[in-house]
Amino acid sequence: MWKLLQIELYKIFNRPRTYIAFGAITALIAVIQLGLKADGEAYVDFIMSGLKDTFDFEGKILNGYLVCYVILQLLLVHVPLLISLIAADIISGEANMGTLRLLLTKPVSKTSFMLAKFFAASIYTFVLLLWIAVLALALSIFLFGTDDLIIQKTSYVVQITENDVFWRYVGAFCFAFLAMLTVTAVGFFLSIFAENSIGPIVATMSIIIVFTILSTMTIPVFQKIQPYLFTTHMVSWKEFFDEKVNDQNEVVKGSIQDPQKIIDSALILVLHIVILVFAGIFVFRKKDVLS
Amino acid sequence: MHDIIKVMSLGKRFRDITAVDELSFTVNEGDVYGFLGQNGAGKSTTIRMLLTLIKPTHGHIEIFGLNLQSHRIEILKQVGAIIEKPDLYKYLSAYENLRLFAKLSGIKFLQKQLMRQLEMVGLQGREHDKVKTFSQGMKQRLGIAMSLVHDPKLIILDEPTNGLDPQGIADMRNLILHLSREMKKTIFVSSHLLNEIEHVATRVLIIDKGKKVIEGSSEELFDPSNTIVEIDSTNNFECLQLLQQSQWQQYLQPQRRHSVLLKMNRNQLPQLNKWLVENNVAVISFQPRYTLEDFFLQVTSGKQYVEAFTN
Repeated sequence: MWKLLQIELYKIFNRPRTYIAFGAITALIAVIQLGLKADGEAYVDFIMSGLKDTFDFEGKILNGYLVCYVILQLLLVHVPLLISLIAADIISGEANMGTLRLLLTKPVSKTSFMLAKFFAASIYTFVLLLWIAVLALALSIFLFGTDDLIIQKTSYVVQITENDVFWRYVGAFCFAFLAMLTVTAVGFFLSIFAENSIGPIVATMSIIIVFTILSTMTIPVFQKIQPYLFTTHMVSWKEFFDEKVNDQNEVVKGSIQDPQKIIDSALILVLHIVILVFAGIFVFRKKDVLS
Repeated sequence: MHDIIKVMSLGKRFRDITAVDELSFTVNEGDVYGFLGQNGAGKSTTIRMLLTLIKPTHGHIEIFGLNLQSHRIEILKQVGAIIEKPDLYKYLSAYENLRLFAKLSGIKFLQKQLMRQLEMVGLQGREHDKVKTFSQGMKQRLGIAMSLVHDPKLIILDEPTNGLDPQGIADMRNLILHLSREMKKTIFVSSHLLNEIEHVATRVLIIDKGKKVIEGSSEELFDPSNTIVEIDSTNNFECLQLLQQSQWQQYLQPQRRHSVLLKMNRNQLPQLNKWLVENNVAVISFQPRYTLEDFFLQVTSGKQYVEAFTN
């Protein structure tokens, strides 16, 4: 199994296509950071305009933590599309190249082969997310420094003190990894059914787009199905940035307002991953390799 | 002699299409077993079932005396295969591809051994070039190296000369002979190009529409009593008239425009040749034509196509 995983990783990281996602992420984050560096104060003034009449803000609102939050909000919707480039290609790409039949004539079990494929795609997803973390958090802190994180939610403002922010990002990135792993599992599952990678990549992207739209629409008929859509739970990383308030209306430092929501969402995502991976293995073991 | 492959009542259906139907055969140790059939006859489906890429609808396969379904990994450790054209990782070099498949085969290897393997198939000097720069022939040779890297006892080759130029075809034929004679491998090779099998196979199985047509040694299938000889002379009409008035008349076959055809025992050919010379027939060519190909066309539906085409 370990040997198979090594081989899969070797193949993934030797493919030029792998680095498209890294290039795209780097370019997007650089553009956002440059934009905020050049005209960030105006942006902050704009989003805080409704609050400045009521509150006095001290310190650096535009700091590395806020920049990272802005980047994550903008980017995490698009990362699934980049992940599907690899995940949805992982079996179908081999079928398309004709290497699948060659691989399966080697003395490896089909289950180990599939698990190695999924773990390799998961590692790719992890590395991609780590890269986002380095650029979005570490580089933003380097460029913009640190201070309290002030986030405007729909009907209230959250202020998290500087020394209480970092662990929330660690938690948010861990959750984002789980969310992206669900996308990996969707791509992996769909890639079994096709003999070229275009179909599964487009299908994965379409599912993400349609489900995301359904998850965000406030139409009653859609709201009934929203709890069952994995895209509804993918955005629960934001829960790490909501603090609990006590009876005296004071913020409880180091707390999360609704930790159960994070746990529930995580469990639903894990369930999706397990079902998709095992269904994929089951189908693949039964499938005739005709490519 | 041990049975290396034993196939019993093998069948495969794809919805309404029967690709392989009640196929049974045995490959013995040391055989170069030619598996012949036209395109779509069921050769690739059978080979894929031998390699567990396709599940049979019914039937039983034993390789090295073991049930293929229950001992898949154990069996595949001793099998090397190329299915149609070997498609490789184009973004990796020849050496990287070989190393990757050597690892998958579960063997311990040294860089030197892999280099020697590449040298054996004539890829020395191109070891570190990306496969995307390779010709079809070079890819085929790399595929051979990959199928041999773990020193398998059984080699399964599905249409190994597809896409090769004449030199590549000759090289492949020599390689098959080398593997069989020098390295004592058992080889199962499929093809629709009969002349290439004819020169290397010790036993032949012909299938048509998924069914076994005939199985036997090349010698058994090559029946010398039915040799067709094709004579081309400076005046074929005059030659035909002479033959019609001679003792050879009984052997004459329906004629073609540019030659004279006779069917007889191979032993009689020297006499006929002598007779033609004595009767002053200016012979341009005298060709005994009974090859496996004729036999193949005779026993498969290909005959109909050929006749339709030539008529």
